[in-house]
Amino acid sequence: MRNWLAQHRDAFGRAARRLAGSPVSTLLAAAVIGIALALPAAGEVLLRNLLALGSGVSGRPELSVFLATEADKGDAARIQARLRRTEGARSFRFVAREQTLERLRRTEGLAEVLDSLPHNPFPDAFVVEPADASERSLAQLRETIAAWPGVEHVQLDNAWVKRLAALLGIARGALLALGALLATALVVITFNTIRLQILGQRDEIELSRLLGATDGFIRRPLCYFGALQGLAGGAVACLIVLGSLEAVRAPLTELAGLYNLAFTLRDPTPGDAAALLAAAAALGWLGAWLSVSRHLREPRAGAMPAAPDPTR
Amino acid sequence: MIRFEHVCKRYPDGIEALHDLSFSIAAGEMVLVTGRSGAGKSTALRLIPAIERASSGEVIVAGQNVGRLKRRAIPYLRRRIGLVFQDHKLLFDRSAFDNVMLPLALSGYPARDAQRRVSAALDKVGLGERARAMPVALSGGEQQRLAIARAIVHRPALLVADEPTTNLDADHAREIARLLESFRQVGVTVVVATHDESVFAACDARRIALDRGALAA
Repeated sequence: MRNWLAQHRDAFGRAARRLAGSPVSTLLAAAVIGIALALPAAGEVLLRNLLALGSGVSGRPELSVFLATEADKGDAARIQARLRRTEGARSFRFVAREQTLERLRRTEGLAEVLDSLPHNPFPDAFVVEPADASERSLAQLRETIAAWPGVEHVQLDNAWVKRLAALLGIARGALLALGALLATALVVITFNTIRLQILGQRDEIELSRLLGATDGFIRRPLCYFGALQGLAGGAVACLIVLGSLEAVRAPLTELAGLYNLAFTLRDPTPGDAAALLAAAAALGWLGAWLSVSRHLREPRAGAMPAAPDPTR
Repeated sequence: MIRFEHVCKRYPDGIEALHDLSFSIAAGEMVLVTGRSGAGKSTALRLIPAIERASSGEVIVAGQNVGRLKRRAIPYLRRRIGLVFQDHKLLFDRSAFDNVMLPLALSGYPARDAQRRVSAALDKVGLGERARAMPVALSGGEQQRLAIARAIVHRPALLVADEPTTNLDADHAREIARLLESFRQVGVTVVVATHDESVFAACDARRIALDRGALAA
């Protein structure tokens, strides 16, 4: 066991020294991997913010219950009493038609239009928060309330949230596909760097095999090399994402302010960063593993060089 | 220690390097495999650590049928053999010391013991003072001795050397021959392929003469 650990430490050390020994190519590879990973990572951060926006604004779906315009306060009181008895309604508030008129009159440009009307065009309304937000119970509640006398129309106010969710679902799928593609790219990039490493160390690898090195001994430092390179790429990706977030934070907050949305950009958590780094390292390891395996399976690997040998 | 039984080796290009070759080498023996170029010496030696596999027949090394070994088992066979190559195969990007360290490093030998053993091996071949030298700074004879140090650092019971004295002048060649024989004196089985047996005239060694892939009549 100690021996095993020592061999891994040794392999890790050799990989780290090789990476440090050629800083330019190491940085270039890290940059390429970093940019490839930054795209899906940034997409994920963006998507999560949009999801948060969707759930933050509506909280949960609401039903707007509009009474008939000819309904009087008595009707409103009866409906209020029924609502109080309805189990599907967690809470509700009454919006008097005068209130609605007042609110809209304050809106720029509408005051004159409203004043020109002979009477208040708005009905009394209740905003109902359902106890259960599931699709079925919402529809049921809506039907129940719509059947009451004096109720003109019941509107489900989560339609736009649904549309947003559908769009985000598509975006999530696209992001997954992009992520898978770029993960493959990372594996390919690593495969190639490791192939170059193998070519560069060809003599040492072939000699080691002649002297009794196991495949594991050959593979280990190269896999660590791939993993460390992936890790460096992951770190670059983290920096790119955090930098981009910083760049869009102020304009986005301003934009949200224009739409009256209490919106703050959510930063990825340290856990997210750790997951990205771990994935990058794992993909690097995989690319290296594939590359070394391919080399080790080459027919002449481990044999004497194929050069003609006159003494044979 | 080594037994060849009706061994044939045919290369993909159709050349038959060995033809129905049988011999055996006892533990602790020193054997010269001699013959002209193309007699099959190198091929025979390569079959021992499974660098090549026989086309037919059996090669038994220390009780193991080398031809039947699984891929995974081959490294462990090779670790029990000391190999000296004709072109010595030194790594020129590291010191003499680190070259000799390689067999111990790849078998996971504990580092402190390993350093002692490397020093001992270098002393044994007379390169104790040159441990920090790079191989390129060593003479041809010194390079070959370094290769021998690397072959014996893990104290194998079997030492296999393919043309270890080629490219050396007569004095250096005899020096290498004496060095190889010194391992026989401490109980190591030594197998040497050479086309110039006069170099080993002073050695207490049996000769296996090959001619066109078979034992010479």
